This record gives sequence, structure tokens and C-alpha cells, in this order.
Amino acid sequence: MFDLIIPFLICFPFLIAVILLCCGKSKFGNIVSYLGAVVIMIASVAFFVYKGVSGGFAFGQGMYVNTEIADYVILAGEILIVLVVTFLSFKYKRYWVSLLSILPTAAIIFQEETAAHEEIEHIYIDKLALLMIILVGVVGSLIIMYAVGYMEGYHNHHKEVQDRRNYFLALLFMFMGAMFGFVTCASLIWLVFFWECTSVCSFLLIGYTRTEEAVENSFRALWMNLLGGAALVVGIIVFYNYVYPTLSFRTFLMVIPQMTSFLGAVGMLPVFLMAFAALTKSAQLPFSTWLLGAMVAPTPSSTLLHSATMVKAGIYILIRLAPLMAGTPVGTFIAFIGGFTFIAASLMAVSQTDAKKILAMSTISNLGLMTACAGVGTAETTWACIFLLLFHAVSKSLLFQVVGATENSLHSRDVEDFHGLLYMLPKHAMFMFIGITGMFLAPFGMLIAKWSALKGMVDGKHILLILFIVFGSAVTSLYWCKWMGKLIAHPHKEKKVKDVTHAGEMLSFWIHGLAMILLCVFLPVISIYFVDPIIAGSDMFNANGAAIPASTMYILITILMLVFIVPLVLYASGKNDHSTEKLAYMGGINTGKNNGFVDFMGEEKTLMMSNYYFDKMLSIEKLMKPAQVVALVALLIILGMLGGYSIGGMF
Amino acid sequence: MISGKLISAICYVLFAPLIGGLIDGIGRKISARMQRRVGPPLLQPFYDLGKLLHKDPVHVAPSQNFFMMSYLFFIVMTGGMMFLGMDILMCMFVLSTAVMFLYFAAVVTGSHYSAIGASRELLQMVAYEPCVLLTCVAFYLVRGSFETAEIIKGDVSPIVYLPGVFVAFIFILTIKMRKSPFDISTSHHPNQEIVKGITSEIGSRNFGIYTLAEWYETVFLLGMVALFIINSNPWSILAAVVVIALVYFLEILIDNTSARVKSDVMIKVSWAVTLVAAGFNILVLIFFLG
Repeated sequence: MFDLIIPFLICFPFLIAVILLCCGKSKFGNIVSYLGAVVIMIASVAFFVYKGVSGGFAFGQGMYVNTEIADYVILAGEILIVLVVTFLSFKYKRYWVSLLSILPTAAIIFQEETAAHEEIEHIYIDKLALLMIILVGVVGSLIIMYAVGYMEGYHNHHKEVQDRRNYFLALLFMFMGAMFGFVTCASLIWLVFFWECTSVCSFLLIGYTRTEEAVENSFRALWMNLLGGAALVVGIIVFYNYVYPTLSFRTFLMVIPQMTSFLGAVGMLPVFLMAFAALTKSAQLPFSTWLLGAMVAPTPSSTLLHSATMVKAGIYILIRLAPLMAGTPVGTFIAFIGGFTFIAASLMAVSQTDAKKILAMSTISNLGLMTACAGVGTAETTWACIFLLLFHAVSKSLLFQVVGATENSLHSRDVEDFHGLLYMLPKHAMFMFIGITGMFLAPFGMLIAKWSALKGMVDGKHILLILFIVFGSAVTSLYWCKWMGKLIAHPHKEKKVKDVTHAGEMLSFWIHGLAMILLCVFLPVISIYFVDPIIAGSDMFNANGAAIPASTMYILITILMLVFIVPLVLYASGKNDHSTEKLAYMGGINTGKNNGFVDFMGEEKTLMMSNYYFDKMLSIEKLMKPAQVVALVALLIILGMLGGYSIGGMF
Repeated sequence: MISGKLISAICYVLFAPLIGGLIDGIGRKISARMQRRVGPPLLQPFYDLGKLLHKDPVHVAPSQNFFMMSYLFFIVMTGGMMFLGMDILMCMFVLSTAVMFLYFAAVVTGSHYSAIGASRELLQMVAYEPCVLLTCVAFYLVRGSFETAEIIKGDVSPIVYLPGVFVAFIFILTIKMRKSPFDISTSHHPNQEIVKGITSEIGSRNFGIYTLAEWYETVFLLGMVALFIINSNPWSILAAVVVIALVYFLEILIDNTSARVKSDVMIKVSWAVTLVAAGFNILVLIFFLG
């Protein structure tokens, strides 16, 4: 019975989406969304627990060999996607974009129809898939719960945007359904369908407000992601016709290592094309701009794109490909692009004052780190990659939600306006603080993952990646620290802020905060029972033993927990300490509130403090183009190498 | 073996302030002589600390007290971990956490001098962090472990393989010790443009805690210098002490002969030195080891 949960998880969100679309403008949609989100969360957790109890997570399981009806549904879905894209491309006069959808879909349908019939599994559940299910299920559902409350505040605040909130929520559900399908499917045809599905959902989400900017940005997201989809399709066709005639993703992963020994570059071409597709989806350079543009949409969509879904779909594929890329030129170039994105995006993040832009740049930069880890493709770095994915999803989801809720109350998302947020919206400031610590500080696991990543890269002697990481992490600390400083800074002026945050949003914050602490405490357990076996699996590295010895990890965790506990203890014990309060030194006479002074004319002046941004040196406008060129050149080189060898090899 | 590590860690916690204070005293004396002054007594730092700790505690924001205590705790922990023979990279992560608390203690006050100093402290961190991490990586390449207990066990001193890294590390040591020309976040004399920078609003007992933390940090940093020298031969410890003395003298000399630079110059120069000296060194190392 529990095995039915997979089709349920894929279909149920689509069903809810259809119901929501039928709801029109009624408030009924809110209840449906809440219920849908709760059901999805419970189903994914139940499935996870069931798998753990019944089999100790010990096995991979293939299912659904005969899926004729489902195949037709998917075929219809593919055609529907093409129609939607074509219609919108013509409506907004970007005709060429439709070609990126029509041609690959035609090619893949042709491939599917002409392919010899084979008995393959269409759904495959292993630990990595399970991990993704629980991540998408829990984080995604929380985002929807948050979205219901958020859209209420959003439409009160933005009267100019047409209220289509049920349509928005429906898209979020579709997105989740597509993600569930994407991480569980084992058929390359299905993979392409769910891939295109997430691309189109994100396109529609970004274009929600229908402003000129939104349309512009949504089409950028669309063509970049469709380009990735096209690469995926070409990769599959090359694989089927020149490497091994199967449409099973599992077989794909198994045979490539064996085939490359005598096929050479042709064998690596599908891997590269698939990794290329992952780069577009994970917003790596030169494709980073679509994720930045995605911010025009209401916050829940950014949250969904940045945390558990969409960009993580790319990383998921890269993790699957990691063993195939290890030690190959493809892996080296993918890792280079990842490492380069890591440092370039963190430099650009320094110059931003818009909180959502900082978060976006940080997402791109962290995805870069994950890409680099997957590209290096050793057991150690893949371990790091999985943990980075896990921690980043939770922290980033929390951060985006808190920033969104703060914006609704404060009517600004400029970090400079967050000055003294602790005194205006204490709960928001606290959760923001937790989220930021989760991104780069002890005690949260991001740090251990980074440690492991660095170690793996030193072991692999990747000097360039090491340099990218050490310089990049210094810069990362800078932009997070100065943000944290703003939150606790002494306020310039007394400002009353009306907190319009809904109970549902608050609940989501609390669950996220709790999840982060639990993830941190149980990191060794997760590693030993879950991530290590993924690494040790026969389709990954077949390596026995953990990437990091358990003893090392316990020591690390103990130390990191100290970092968490000691300040709390010191805070509690120091509360009743006798200490006299003094006024700060202001140069002039302090006005008595520590936020201004009396100048020599006897006038009161308020002090305004601002952070360093280096916006002349590090602005996105200045750095993005050159960075894109570097990454593009790297891509062209490897494509040229593979293409040249493949064509040479064929004759 | 474990007890040996434990003893060295306990010794660090107990005696590092004594050594750090003495080093500070000697430093002041040498500085004074370079400026043709007599200088304070050798034990003056201890008298200063005693007085600070006996003063009535003051604060500008109440949370400062707990931030400063956390700062001290994590600095002690950083050094403790190193002398316990643990992972050097983790030490550095804990050290950055410590710096964060100092930053918080300065930024909560609302004083602009303190806030500017705090922002500049972050810039200093950006300037030295890559080199510090690369140093850890370099030790790992030479010894195959991040653990200090393993790093000191080799037959040959790591400096033989890592001359470039050593140069870069000495360079950023000036930044880490907040000595001129890189006394960006704070200054020796309160009559300059940012008053005392990051420590402007840290007074009486809290300043005592700051001083104490600085001594612990000095011993920790000089311990890092020693890691370049020490090998399995016991005499190497003596050599390490000599090198430390020379390095410290050099730092004082630089401090006394240079004027403060702008923060962006600091970042550019230190990154360039890190890339050229440490990066090139590691590149050569990988080439020959791999």
C-alpha cells in the first residue's frame, strides 16, 4: 500500500492544482491549500518512516515496469507544455523561444516512438530519492503554508497586481508534483517531462505580476531552462543511438563507466550534456541571471525556486552523475565552473543592499560550491555536496520566508533598513539570525560540509578550486556578518512597525528553526544511516566506510554544539551581573539615546551608520558580464573538446 | 599520549596569559627603545589588566558583557584545540566565530567610532582569512592531516616545504595582530580619526577581557608560527622559540616604521601576497608531491 505513495505524491499535487484553478477567486482556495500541504507533508514523512522501519532504508527499489496509461498521460503532458509555451511565446512576441520547446519535445517523442520496446522500471526509490522526497515534501509544504498567509499581505500591499492567488498556489503545487516525479523517475523520457514541467512552472511563477519586468525576466528564465532541457534531450538521443540503446536512467548511470573505456569521448558527451542541463537549472554561470530575475515574483515562489526545488533539481542530477564525472575532463570543467561561480557570486553579493538579491547571490554561490563538489566527484566531496544541499535548503527557505514577512511589515527589504530590526520586529530578527548562522557559522552543518569539501579538494589536489573556496569563503563571511551586524545594531530612530505576519507564516518559521537544530544535532546519525550508504551504494562509489570517520564527526559536533551552548549559558548567567550603563562616545555631546549628538551650534544631529558595500568595484553590472564570459569560454572549450573527439571517433 | 596533549592544553589555558602579557610587555619596551623612550616597566601590562578588572564594570549595551565573555571563551577554545592536537582548520573556524562576537560587541553600541571599527574588523578578516585557510591546507599537504598532533611529528620542519606560505602567514600576522600599517580596525592612540575603533565602547572589565583575549590570541598565533618549525626532534622547539622571537621583533619593527594604509589597499595587498607566495608555493608542492 505504501508503494502507492509515490504515484500519489506525484499526482495529488496536480489534482490540488486543478481544484485550485477551478476555485477562481474564492477564499476556499486557502483551505484547500492548507489541507493539500498538510497531506503532502504527512504522506512524505510517512513514506520516509515506513521505508526506514520496513527495510532500514537498506535497498533501492524499482517499480512500475508496465506503465502504458501513464506513458500516454505524460505524452499528453509534453504536448500540453509545448502548447502553453508556444501560446505565451506568441502572445508576448518572443517567437523563437517556442522553438526551444517544440524541437526538443518533437525529438524526444520521435525517439520514444521509434525506440524498440523494452522492459524498464519507471520509478526507482533509493536513499537519495528518499532524501529528496522528504526535503521537497516538508520544505515545500511549509512554503505553501507560508504562501497562503503571505499572498494575503502581498495583495493588500500591492494593489496594482491582479489578484490571482489561487492560480499562484496552484503553480506551487504543480511544481511540487513535478519535483516528486523528477527525483523518483527512472525513465529518461519521464525525466525530460518533469524537467520541462519545472521549467514551465517557474516561468509562469516568475511572470505572475505580468509587469514588463516580470515578463522579461520570466522569458529569460524560460529560454535558459529550455536550453538546458534541449541539451538533456540531445544527450539522451546521443546516448541511445551511439552508446547504449536504452531509455532507463539507471542503466544510463551503470553503463557509461563501462562504455567510455572503448567509446572515449562519445560516452562522455551525454554526461556533459546532462551536466550542462543541470548547470542551467542550478543557475550556474553563465546562466545565473535567470535566478536573479526570478525575484520580481512574490516571495514564496523565490523561496520555492531557491530552497528545496528547481535549483536543487540540477544538483540532484549532478550528484547522480558525480561518479561518472570523477577524474574526467568533464568533471574538471564542471567543477571549475562551480568553483568560479562560488567566488564570483559571493563577490557580487557583497555589493548588494537588497536582502533578496543578497540571498539570490548567496544561493548561486552555494550552488556553485555544490557543483564544484559534484564535479570533483570523489566520495568525500559528494558527501559534502549532499549535506550542503540539505542544510542550504532549510536555511535558505527560512531566510527567504523571514525576509518576505519582514518586507510585508516593514515595507522595505533593504538591509540598511533592517538597522536595529531586533528592536522593531524581534521575532523576525531572531529567525533571520538563525537562518544566517545556518548559512555559514558554527554550529550548523554547513561548516562541516565546507570542511569536508575543502578536504576532498585538497585530496584531489585541485589547486584552483582550493583557491576559489578559501577566497570565496572569506567573502561569504563578510556579507553575512555585516547583515547580522545590522540586525542587532542600535536603532537610529524609534520606529513603530505593525507586524502583519500570519500565524501560518510564524508556524513555518518555528518548524524551520527546529528542523535546523535537529539537523545539526542528528548530523552524525543522518550521515551514518543515510548519506554514507548513498555514497557506498553500488551506483555511486562502492566505497566502504564513511567519507568522514564517525569519531572525527562526533568531535566536530561536540565542538560545534559548544559554540551554540556557551553563549546561551553566558547570556543566562550574565543577566544579573552588576554592570553600570554608560552613554556611547559620540565626539559631540550624546543626546542620551545613543543615536545622536549635539553639534557645536547646539543642534541635535541623528547618526546614520551604513555598511561597506564596495558597490563601485563589485556591482553585479560590472562583474556579471565578465564572469559569464569566463564561464562560457570554459563551456565552449569542453564542448569543443568532446565534440571534436566524438566526431573524430566516429570516422 | 592523550595525557600529554591534555597537559599542553591545560598549560595553554593557565599560562598563555602570563606569556602573552610578558610578550606584550617586551613589545612595549622594544617599541619604546626604537622611539628613544625608556618605556613602561616590563610587567606594566599585568598592572594595567589588574586595574581594569578591578574597576566598576560598565557597558553601553547590556549584551556587550556576554558578547565579550563569549569572545574570550572562543579565543581560549581556539588555542586549547590547537594545543590539544586537534583539527587546525576547525580551530580557524572557531576563531572566526570568536571574531564575530567581538564584532557584535562593537556594533550593538550605536557609537559610530565603534561601528566603523567593527566594519573594518570584518575587512581585516576578509584580508587574512584566505591565507589562514591556505596555511591549514598547506600543512595538510605536507603531513596528510589537519591535526596539529600529526603536523608536529614529521622528520623535517614544514617550513622547508612551505617557505612561501610562511612568508604570506607572517604578512597577514600583522593584520591579525592589528599592528601598523594594518591597524585598520583600531589604533594605538585614541586621538586619531576613529578614536579606538572597535574597542571604543569596550571599557573597564570588558576591556580587561579584551586584553586577556588578545594575549591568548597572540600565543595562539605564535603557536601557528611554531608549527612551521617544529618536527619530531625536540631541539626544534628551541628553534621555534628563536623564530618566534625574530618574527615578533619583525612585527614590532614594521609597526614602528610604517603608517596606516587604507582598508582596500590592505585587502588587495594581502590577497596578492597570499596568491603569489602561498598559492605558488602550494602549486609547486602539489606538482612535486602529486
